Amino acid sequence: MSVSVLKPGLLSSLQDAGRPGHAALGVGRAGAMDGPAWQLANALVGNSRGEAAIECTLVGPSLRFEQAAVIALTGAAITAHVGDQPIPMWTTCRLPAGSVLRLGGMTHGSRAYLAVRGGFDVAPVLGSRSSDLHARLGHLHGRALRAGDVLPIGAAESLRSLALGGTVQPLPWSINPQPWFDVSGRPLALLRGSHGHLLDQASQQLLHDATFILSKDSNRTASRLDGHTLHLRESLELISEATLPGTLQLPPSGQPIALLAEAPVTGGYPRIGQIATVDLPHLAQRRPGDAVCFRCSTLGEALTRLAARQQRLGRLINAIAQRLEHA
Amino acid sequence: MAHDIGFEALAEDALLLRFGERIDIELNARVQAAAARLRQRLPQLECVPAYASLLLRFDPSSWAEHDGDEPHRCLQDAVNAVLGESDTIAATPRERVIPVCYGGEYGPDLADVAAHCGLAADALITRHTAAEYRVAMLGFAPGFPYLLGLDPQLAVPRRRDPRQRVPAGSVAIGGSQTGIYPEVLPGGWQLIGRTPLRLFDAMARPPSLLAAGDRVRFQAIDEDSFRQLAAADPR
Repeated sequence: MSVSVLKPGLLSSLQDAGRPGHAALGVGRAGAMDGPAWQLANALVGNSRGEAAIECTLVGPSLRFEQAAVIALTGAAITAHVGDQPIPMWTTCRLPAGSVLRLGGMTHGSRAYLAVRGGFDVAPVLGSRSSDLHARLGHLHGRALRAGDVLPIGAAESLRSLALGGTVQPLPWSINPQPWFDVSGRPLALLRGSHGHLLDQASQQLLHDATFILSKDSNRTASRLDGHTLHLRESLELISEATLPGTLQLPPSGQPIALLAEAPVTGGYPRIGQIATVDLPHLAQRRPGDAVCFRCSTLGEALTRLAARQQRLGRLINAIAQRLEHA
Repeated sequence: MAHDIGFEALAEDALLLRFGERIDIELNARVQAAAARLRQRLPQLECVPAYASLLLRFDPSSWAEHDGDEPHRCLQDAVNAVLGESDTIAATPRERVIPVCYGGEYGPDLADVAAHCGLAADALITRHTAAEYRVAMLGFAPGFPYLLGLDPQLAVPRRRDPRQRVPAGSVAIGGSQTGIYPEVLPGGWQLIGRTPLRLFDAMARPPSLLAAGDRVRFQAIDEDSFRQLAAADPR
């Protein structure tokens, strides 16, 4: 079983939960930028072992399925067709052998996930099939997909509800994307950062009141924020220490940088805040030119929201599994 | 041991231990000792040492007693208990000898660096190989060691125009530090030589030749030895 890449799209790569546990070696986590969307795509095809899916960025790839397959699309609202037939998102869809799935542009959001039943079965590197584009770790030395790449699909037992057929066939139900795909542009919860109190007064106010613009110069490593420059009361000489996804750094240019999935493991810029983990997928879905603003939050609130989201996600994933089992 | 550590909750799953604010071998040795002890006693934590700090990443749901920021407080108590124990783990750092072919095509900046330091190239090599270094941390790229212990006279500013492609194995000086590029990478440090050893191989166990806390020495080799070792490197 395999999938051939006919057109790669703008930046498509294999992603899973990432490779935690290796930061002391200088190896970051990488992994899906929108974790819940990746998890739900897997759930919709009946994958339960954290299988790798394709993360598409702004424009998706065209893929030929050499054998019949079961797929699901989640995340950013992406146009998808097999022949003339549109493929709905947030549901499960059967594709016959030889199907060419054409993913196009995104009307909302910037990252969509394509999961296939059985997962993309490439060799794991340090326990993960994620492509770390920056560190060049993962399948194909962590590079983005190119035309001509062939991705093997893992074996999976067949589910009655997902019997492979000769026609393109979505299931008659889908999940409500609303809680999982937020394009309202609401403020991101910002926790205190080590050096946030060293911002001058105007900058402290800007950080929490102003609207920043997501720079074109953003990628899986970081979102760069344009529109306002922030300043420390006095310059600060820091020695490098560990950094994390979600860390909001202030380089000498004064333009804040929010670190994302491929955050470097160490850094020496002042940390002016930490974006709540639950809001990182929302930031990952913003497009260049989109507004980004922050609101003050606390660690307690962030932990509560994270636990609540994990609970909701777990319940939904269980419900999907039952539905697939008994459909 | 634990009395003067600063704790900072960085994120929902991250607690930073600060041992000081300087780049200093002794301070970094305390970081490494704490990391070694915590890895042994609390293996469920991920420990990420840096120059003067240690990041702990953990699963907040397994440390929470109540809602709120309790998990960080529970973890901090556990860390204090472990680091406050009187028994010392006699951590003998490993020593690694890194063969380096200095100058020529392997170290294109050697002559400039020597001139900047007011030394003959040979004298620079002698000083660079005489020192014992400590791996303060790995970062920047997988397996990239930041080494402490550079002879202060060998400190040299970074290049004004960084290279787009520094060859893998390049041994370099940046400011008061020396390091080794494990892969082809962009970089602004001054290249004085190259090692034939492979510093990082994701498929090898362990993947990184060096770990934070290791003692490192450089040994000068000629081009023939470089080629032989490069061909023979089992990694």
